[in-house]
Amino acid sequence: MTFMISARTLKIVAALSIGLAMAACSKNPNEDGSGSGFGSGLGAGAATPGSQQDFVVNVGDRIFFESDSTELTSTAQATLDKQARWLQQYGQYSITVEGHADERGTREYNFALGARRAEAAKSYLAARGIPASRLRTISYGKERPVAVCNDISCWSQNRRAVTVLGGANS
Amino acid sequence: MRIITIPSPRDHLMSDSKLLLSRRQMGGLFTGLAASSLLPGSAMAQSKYLDIRRGTNFQPIPIAVTNFAGEQGPALSGIITNNFARSVFLQPLEPRSFPEQVSNPDAPPRADAWRMINAQFVLTGRVGRAPDGRMQTQFRLWDVSTGQQVSGQQYVTDPNNARRVAHIVSDAVFSRITGEKGFFDSRVVFIDESGPKERRSKRLSIMDQDGANVRYLSGGDELVVTPRFSPSSQDVAYMAFGKGDPRVFILNIETGQREAVGNFPGMTFSPRFSPDGQKVIMSLSQGSSSNLFTMDLRSRATTRLTDTAAIDTSPSFSPDGSQIVFESDRGGTQQIYVTSAGGSGAKRISYSEGARYSTPVWSPKGDFIAFTRQKGGSFGIGVMKPDGSGERIITEGYHNEGPTWAPNGLYVMFFRDPGGNGGPKIFMADVFGRGEFAVPTQSYGSDPAWGPLLS
Repeated sequence: MTFMISARTLKIVAALSIGLAMAACSKNPNEDGSGSGFGSGLGAGAATPGSQQDFVVNVGDRIFFESDSTELTSTAQATLDKQARWLQQYGQYSITVEGHADERGTREYNFALGARRAEAAKSYLAARGIPASRLRTISYGKERPVAVCNDISCWSQNRRAVTVLGGANS
Repeated sequence: MRIITIPSPRDHLMSDSKLLLSRRQMGGLFTGLAASSLLPGSAMAQSKYLDIRRGTNFQPIPIAVTNFAGEQGPALSGIITNNFARSVFLQPLEPRSFPEQVSNPDAPPRADAWRMINAQFVLTGRVGRAPDGRMQTQFRLWDVSTGQQVSGQQYVTDPNNARRVAHIVSDAVFSRITGEKGFFDSRVVFIDESGPKERRSKRLSIMDQDGANVRYLSGGDELVVTPRFSPSSQDVAYMAFGKGDPRVFILNIETGQREAVGNFPGMTFSPRFSPDGQKVIMSLSQGSSSNLFTMDLRSRATTRLTDTAAIDTSPSFSPDGSQIVFESDRGGTQQIYVTSAGGSGAKRISYSEGARYSTPVWSPKGDFIAFTRQKGGSFGIGVMKPDGSGERIITEGYHNEGPTWAPNGLYVMFFRDPGGNGGPKIFMADVFGRGEFAVPTQSYGSDPAWGPLLS
């Protein structure tokens, strides 16, 4: 089993904070604007309330799914509840929910599965009072994994929906 | 290209009307390629020599591809030998074992000597210049058992078409021996992949079926996937991530002109052309469902084919255009369904216990549907008949995905990913699962889609 440095780092610290994990990464995967689900310009330490860093570090920008599932786990719902409260407080952001799938599926299906996951998160946020006009979704299927290895420790990191402030393409 | 049939030493040239027919059959991308058919010698010759479907007793036909005469001859023979080596049905013999050097490609080889190394056929030929300066290539195929010429052609063309001539000769020989259509004179669109997996750069690319002549059709800045060849034009349909929703585009690979297919309210993906090239069928994602739509490329009219809460995707027409095979999770997991071209009466055809099926593609011969099958943690490539019977898995492993058919329906290409930080490579195998070969690509390669025969 081979891990990339960033994958191992992610795995170890995932339980603490994805934001801190990202700060530990040597490179910033979002600099090409490809929407891999990371906020940009994140650093460790205190985040300015209402900033993107605040959202990623103190709220959590992503939720995870079981294999081939679009069901929101209780953990995912708790994260989305926090996201909704924060997004209501900071109404200046438009929001893109990115849906992703792990590599253990075929390409076409994974685009549809990613779209379903993004839609599930979007619907939940909308039900918590975020106006639909602020929300859009995009699916990357299995095209943008964050963790790379041949087992479930990576796949479970990749089955995700990421709430991106400002939108992946803005 | 002008094609002339080369008569066997004691026959005479074919009639002009036959010549004209041959000329009309050449079409495709390269104009100025002319050919003529040098007709088979003995009328008593077998119509074909190999039953490709024969079961466990199957033996490939041994053929000696001699070096063609002329400066470019050995290069052409090398391309032909490489083609046959991947054909499964023909087995090129080691040149070191050849009992004689062929000095006159027009003279019958010494049948008794070639029989000693179990050659069933000997291919001879020459490459030279036509009076007008163009490249002139001739071949003769000899049946060792009778000592007779059974096929012969002459091609006159621009020297830049040398590789194509080698493929056309390969097809003529393959067809003569197997009685099946050839596939060597064809191209494949695919995705060239490079860079780390989390930020893989993908380029729309095209190559000859043997991996030669790679041309990149996009720059790698934009994420592109699932290219599909038009059966009737120089168009490729594919999915690209640009501004807004990812969607299906069509690119003309000659002019570079590109346009979005339709103006759908959501992500469109998984495109494929209809057999007449007039329509594109694809999936549209709306909310949490994906359904099938077609767009007529002339009228721009769009038609909804399915209306479910499920994921319906990977549609592919039957070769007569009357039916569509696709995958759907409407029954709970990904399975393969066949429906009418209008989208009604979908019937599930995949039933293996504990398996999920996806990416069905209808063979151009109509006899099989190729698919990806997930079972017990493995991803395999297989084929089944259109009624779901006769399932056969061609390859299985960590991750094989996305079959595409050779234009003659005898081979599939697909990609295989080792997982981890590596990347996918493209492979081809015959439909009976007898042989498998890597298709050489410079970098990682995925999503191959085989185009039609050029000639």
